[in-house]
Amino acid sequence: MSIELGSEAPFFELPGVDGYDHSLDEYGDATLLILVQSCNHCPYVLAWEDRLMTVTRDHAFEGVRVVAINSNDVSRYPEDSFEQMKVRAEKRGFPFDYLFDEDQSLAHALGAEHTPEVFLFDEKRQLRYHGAIDDSRDESAVTQNYLRDAIEALLSGDEPLVTETPAVGCTVKWK
Amino acid sequence: MIELFYWQGCPSHPEAKSLIEQILAELGRDDEIVMTEVTSDQEAERLRFPGSPTIRVDGRDVDPVGASARPALTCRIYHLPDGRVSPIPSREQLEAALK
Repeated sequence: MSIELGSEAPFFELPGVDGYDHSLDEYGDATLLILVQSCNHCPYVLAWEDRLMTVTRDHAFEGVRVVAINSNDVSRYPEDSFEQMKVRAEKRGFPFDYLFDEDQSLAHALGAEHTPEVFLFDEKRQLRYHGAIDDSRDESAVTQNYLRDAIEALLSGDEPLVTETPAVGCTVKWK
Repeated sequence: MIELFYWQGCPSHPEAKSLIEQILAELGRDDEIVMTEVTSDQEAERLRFPGSPTIRVDGRDVDPVGASARPALTCRIYHLPDGRVSPIPSREQLEAALK
């Protein structure tokens, strides 16, 4: 069961593929903080990856920070190992931090269930949107840009029209 | 025989089944699609199941390249003709296998 709208962002301090540890506090100056449950091996993550990179770049100058988190059990899904995360981030040139949640504590704290699954927190770090990036894994069939619309609403001081959608994708691979 | 092997942890098999049914209808056929759920790593090994969905027509995988991937309970990755990644085979792959 995922955290409810209005919930505070859970604390975390996790290693990133850039060789540094990253904590919730580090993103304190972000206007919005977007945590995305992610991984390497899931085709749904890969299908949405370019769009997540684009959203990240488009809103970076407004202080919006995107953080991808991989919590999968690497003993059963070795493609999701920390080393493979580094390889993928380097290969794709991720514009967002990519953190390894080895003990799955952040995934549990968020109540994440799928990859990809988005948790958008406002400047007070309260959850304002949760769910899918948009309404189709096939970019050419997208009609609703849930995440982008929620970001733009919050940056404009408005309420997002859509606050929760089902996250479609692979399941988080629990230990 | 058309076989569709799937794992419930991946949401893609209904979409794959629907696409196969659509193509079969266009071809004027009503072949049965034999659905087999894969529920354990041992079964994945035994069935040489590289991820969900795996579709075989007369025993031949519709994506022979991906068929050799490590057996696992996972969502299978397919590559569309334009290079994009997809959780189900492309229409072209399925049409070629079913004709």
